[in-house]
Amino acid sequence: MAAGRFAQNALSEWMKGEGPDSDIVFSSRVRVARNLKGFPFPILATGQHAAEVKNKLIAVAKEGKLDAVGTFETVDLAELSELERRVLVEKHLISPALAGESRAGAVVVSDNEAISIMINEEDHLRIQCLYPGFQVQEAWRLASRIDDIYEEATEYAFDEKRGFLTSCPTNVGTGIRASVMMHLPALVMTQQINRILSAITQVGLAVRGLYGEGSEALGNLFQISNQITLGQSEDEIIDNLHGVVRQIIEHEKAARQRLLQESRLRLEDRVKRSYGILSHAAIMDSKESAQRLSDVRLGIDLGLIGHVSPQVMNELMVMTQPGFLQQAFEEKMNTEQRDMRRAELIRGQLASRSQDGGAYE
Amino acid sequence: MLCQECGKRPATLHFTKIINGDKNEFHICESCARERGEGLPGSPNGFSIHSLLSGLMDFDPAGKGSLQGQTPAPPPRCEECGLTYPQFKKLGRFGCSSCYKHFGDRLDPLFKRVHGSTAHVGKIPQRSGGRIKTRREIDRLRQEMQSSIQNEEFETAAKLRDEIRLLEKQLQSAEPG
Repeated sequence: MAAGRFAQNALSEWMKGEGPDSDIVFSSRVRVARNLKGFPFPILATGQHAAEVKNKLIAVAKEGKLDAVGTFETVDLAELSELERRVLVEKHLISPALAGESRAGAVVVSDNEAISIMINEEDHLRIQCLYPGFQVQEAWRLASRIDDIYEEATEYAFDEKRGFLTSCPTNVGTGIRASVMMHLPALVMTQQINRILSAITQVGLAVRGLYGEGSEALGNLFQISNQITLGQSEDEIIDNLHGVVRQIIEHEKAARQRLLQESRLRLEDRVKRSYGILSHAAIMDSKESAQRLSDVRLGIDLGLIGHVSPQVMNELMVMTQPGFLQQAFEEKMNTEQRDMRRAELIRGQLASRSQDGGAYE
Repeated sequence: MLCQECGKRPATLHFTKIINGDKNEFHICESCARERGEGLPGSPNGFSIHSLLSGLMDFDPAGKGSLQGQTPAPPPRCEECGLTYPQFKKLGRFGCSSCYKHFGDRLDPLFKRVHGSTAHVGKIPQRSGGRIKTRREIDRLRQEMQSSIQNEEFETAAKLRDEIRLLEKQLQSAEPG
């Protein structure tokens, strides 16, 4: 099936690219919410309305209007198994809401999976662009270009005073949510994180865990995004996020250096211990694996672990999610089996992907 | 009772699932519940942004208690999709784009709280956008004209006035009918 491809590989093509500051910012994302004029929002849409909206929006891709941007494939959510949907959520290709509650939902995905256009999520249209590393501006430019294409082909619900009208009042106006996924282990270890996170919320930004709203910050991964969509221009929103994230990067870098200077041996012990456990453990629950993977990634970034590529770690963060594990081993598992399989998969990946066959420096 | 999944931790979550008449009881611990994927990652656990929002929407001005002997006015209602304002408060979401129009200024305090602002200043659609851009330009010129008048720069003000008139004419001629 068409979607099989998107559910197979843990690492999207776009993730393999190098991005600026990718030792701290794993990815940058911009999401634009739009609705069509004359149709109720998905929450109140009848089956017929929803189907009509879906056809209109899918047609834009089918008629080749997006060809200038890339090659796209349309996936009907109804054709996906529950497990496949879950994997797409774990890869951030679709939102939990689209996977769970949508009617006549669909997603248009670009070849490299950097662009996913969700149809009939909370809003009729949600354009999402992902970039590796710290590239929010680039992500916004691309999303805006796709937005222009859809605007030309359809008619948006727009109001002179309120801007782009969205189902949730928190998105109205520009309809954009820009976010970056940051790996901040040193700020967590040095216990500065809470101070910084609470400062972030004071300047109109929000912090969430790896999988958005309501999810835990596992593996020291934090998603930082704009909260305000009305009364600021898109450029102001992007610049504001950019400026704050730049500062957090500097704080994290400083904290990493301080750790290296003040407690290098303990840090080295910690990251290598985690590497040892990941390479040999027989049972690994998701919480522990996230923490250990974070340790190892930090070790790689600081040159304490020399022979593992940082990419393997990003890949493992996705591959060790429950949905992906079940997909990889093609079986339904209970928690204990899953913890076993998770450990097995990590061991295998680390052994085969270590750059010198796994021997220590 | 121990968790029936892992058999290690005490079961803290007890629930019954009935699917097509098949009844199943579950007793599991929290960490297994999370792992099992009862619900998808990131799905809000009970306290969503929407429930938070509805708390922000109680805006009946304080101390303005209902007048006696008067029947309260019916709640505002969107004529397009039928959503009433109380329903909107409960849902935390609009039903259609016309809700914005029908609930009108009543929404200002909500937007003020969520965004610190009530009006859009960002991107404008190209298609319907021409007129809006012209109107924004007129607003800007009017402000400039006012400050020119205050500074007694009447020549500049006159120039601005002519520019405004020109733009207004453009707007009128573009209007259908």
